[in-house]
Amino acid sequence: MAVLTEEQEMLRDMARDWASNESPVTEFRKVRASGDPKAYDEGAYGKMADMGWTGVIVPEEHGGSDFGWLSAGLVVEELGKTLTASPLVATTVAASAIILGGSDEQKAKYLPRLASGEMVATLAVDEGPRHAPETIETSVSGGKLSGTKAFVHEAHGADLFVVAAKDGLYLVEKGEGVSLSTRKMTDQRSHAEVTFEGAGADKLEGGGDGLLEDVLDRARILTAAEMLGMAQAVFDTTLDYLKQRVQFNQVLATFQALQHRMADLFGDLAMMRSAVEGGLQALDSGFGVARAASIAKAEANRVLHTMSREGIQLHGGIGMTDEYDVGFYLKRARILENAWGSTSYLRDRFARIGGY
Amino acid sequence: MATQAEIDTQSEEAAFREEVKQFLAENFPPELKGKSNALASVEGPTNENDAQAKWRKAMGSRGWGTPTWPKEYGGGGLSRKQARILNEEMAKVGAFNPIGGMGVMMFGPTLLEYGSEEQKKEHIPPICRGEIRWCQGYSEPNAGSDLANLQTMAEDKGDHYLVNGQKTWTSGGQWADKCFCLVRTDRSDKHKGISFLLIDMDTPGVEVRPIQMISGMSPFCETFFTDVKVPKENLVGEEGQGWTIGKRLLQHERTNLSGGGAMARLMGASMSDIAKKHLEVGEDGELADKVMRDRIADFEIRWNSFLLTARRATEESKAAGGVSDIASVLKKLGTKLGQERAEMLIEIMGYQALGWEGEGFSDAELAGTRGWLFGKATTIYGGSTEIQNNIIAKRVLGMLDHQ
Ligand SMILES: Cc1cc2nc3c(=O)[nH]c(=O)nc-3n(C[C@H](O)[C@H](O)[C@H](O)COP(=O)(O)OP(=O)(O)OC[C@H]3O[C@@H](n4cnc5c(N)ncnc54)[C@H](O)[C@@H]3O)c2cc1C
Repeated sequence: MAVLTEEQEMLRDMARDWASNESPVTEFRKVRASGDPKAYDEGAYGKMADMGWTGVIVPEEHGGSDFGWLSAGLVVEELGKTLTASPLVATTVAASAIILGGSDEQKAKYLPRLASGEMVATLAVDEGPRHAPETIETSVSGGKLSGTKAFVHEAHGADLFVVAAKDGLYLVEKGEGVSLSTRKMTDQRSHAEVTFEGAGADKLEGGGDGLLEDVLDRARILTAAEMLGMAQAVFDTTLDYLKQRVQFNQVLATFQALQHRMADLFGDLAMMRSAVEGGLQALDSGFGVARAASIAKAEANRVLHTMSREGIQLHGGIGMTDEYDVGFYLKRARILENAWGSTSYLRDRFARIGGY
Repeated sequence: MATQAEIDTQSEEAAFREEVKQFLAENFPPELKGKSNALASVEGPTNENDAQAKWRKAMGSRGWGTPTWPKEYGGGGLSRKQARILNEEMAKVGAFNPIGGMGVMMFGPTLLEYGSEEQKKEHIPPICRGEIRWCQGYSEPNAGSDLANLQTMAEDKGDHYLVNGQKTWTSGGQWADKCFCLVRTDRSDKHKGISFLLIDMDTPGVEVRPIQMISGMSPFCETFFTDVKVPKENLVGEEGQGWTIGKRLLQHERTNLSGGGAMARLMGASMSDIAKKHLEVGEDGELADKVMRDRIADFEIRWNSFLLTARRATEESKAAGGVSDIASVLKKLGTKLGQERAEMLIEIMGYQALGWEGEGFSDAELAGTRGWLFGKATTIYGGSTEIQNNIIAKRVLGMLDHQ
């Protein structure tokens, strides 16, 4: 864990307490059982907003606390541990697009509402099942945006979409010209194909040519923070389980074959944590972000992938049951691995940034 | 606005930087620029030239080769901040630290913690001056990973110990002046029967036989002790305290073997730069072999995560104020990545990376071959990877042996 300021420690502790007391995995089970396509508890999201989490990266003048990305990552990590279903990551990333590229007017119009939790937003980029921001077809003419975004996270709760079109990023409000078709996916969260047909669109003019990539890097890093929480949780539960379960008249944790696998996973987890925190710190310092984001998400993908597989294997048969939580992490893990760049996509990007 | 105290420290720092600059201008022989510290390594005999000797003496007399060690024992007595300034200024002029070896890495810090006043006064200053080489007498033919099984006996003969037994894999034993040893002073208790003893390598009855390694180098030895008389004052700590002291020394060893900075220097150029020199590059400036390119990126991403981890561990242990168990994690990760890198370079460079000696190979290429082979030791010595896994599982994760 990075060395934290007192403020950050308080924020982390608060998130940890809230997640373990108010939002354990049983809460996610309730959301799942409700069948609500929004797939999150609005009351719970309201509480997150009250605690200031929705405004962590938003400047103070627009109603946020401007604590920075490392702080945002700390909260998201804690929520990742308990699989808390909420549009916090999506909204934070969308807010960052407005902070980077919005006009004063756009900022004043949206940021306070995002920071207060009154409004939920999400990023809509990809048009197929794989992350491919270079092949966007969505276009705008006369202020009207048309195109189809294939898999949009948190689409059902979103009041505002930050949409990638051929010539830049646009803000599109829910309403006329925007229709959703639900995509039920393994993680049982909100995903939809979103079709825009002549929807009113307001361009983010600032932020330069690299705006989309800058926003995607924020999405990559914050998603990696959620994945870090998940990996940590799988590791911790697996370790606990091995310390309880008796076979051959011995607690499983005493078997060296299993000890060494846990030691390997522990080493991987250390690397993942460093990579993710490195990404968050790069965002706060504004230095080397593209490279740090590739490292953070690629490591998050690699380690959570292994962790989620090993987690089930080491639990044995019980790990295959829906009654047991560990499988939920596997299902969410693959969704997030695909978000904003698979492992091979990110390696390719890392190599290009490195000039080879 | 800076406070007066801050201004004072700033000007002290600036003054120290000036002092270092001046010292380097007067003492660092320009012909040594960019060279590395061959003298501190245990992998070769001492064959210093005049410039190297002069540089070692200059640094040694200030204690700056061991910058943060106490001044009263010959160290530099510098603050961390000053030590960093010293490093920065040395890097600027291409100067290396001419003081090193096991005395600096492992034995010195351990003696500072556990040694008596007399022992510190006797042994630390020559280490700081780079005058004495130490070797490590831990392993024995039947005490490798199971180090506490060691059998070399030290019998109490009143005013001295009489030592009999055999050590093995003693790195640099043939060039060392002294050896810090784990010996058995009591057969009845595996761990509490171990003591930490200092032995002069030229004492009658000490014999070393170098062993050649797969890399062609012979830096490590079998060391035999036959009726070797060791004065009582060479016992460090109490009789029977050797296991505790010996383990602390191993923590220092691990920290040194895995430090990100040291590893980074070892690695030199990035793998992608090397690959671009040796492999075909397409019109887009990318490596034409896309499989290789993907694997290089995978490696470099993990390598960067390792460096970030090493940095994080340093920051955390500084904030917490102590050596951390993460040393085992770093050793395990860093050594594995180092070996992976060496193997990938062979794939990238082909036969050119497998030269043994003679024509057709550059010095760097030949050094690469030897480095690849020697590198296989990194996951064995200082506690093998399997032993690190045991330490992590038991001490860090609490996966205890239940009977
Ligand atoms: C280049 C080099 C330099 C060295 N320098 C020194 C030196 O200067 N001084 C010194 O005292 N020693 C030195 N050593 C010795 C080194 O510390 C030992 O080699 C090391 O501790 C391993 O012991 P071993 O060789 O007896 O292997 P063994 O202990 O026989 O191990 C063989 C294999 O079994 C595995 N293994 C052993 N026990 C377990 C277990 N409980 N669980 C799982 N796996 C296990 C090991 O990891 C290894 O893979 C050096 C070694 C090398 C290679």
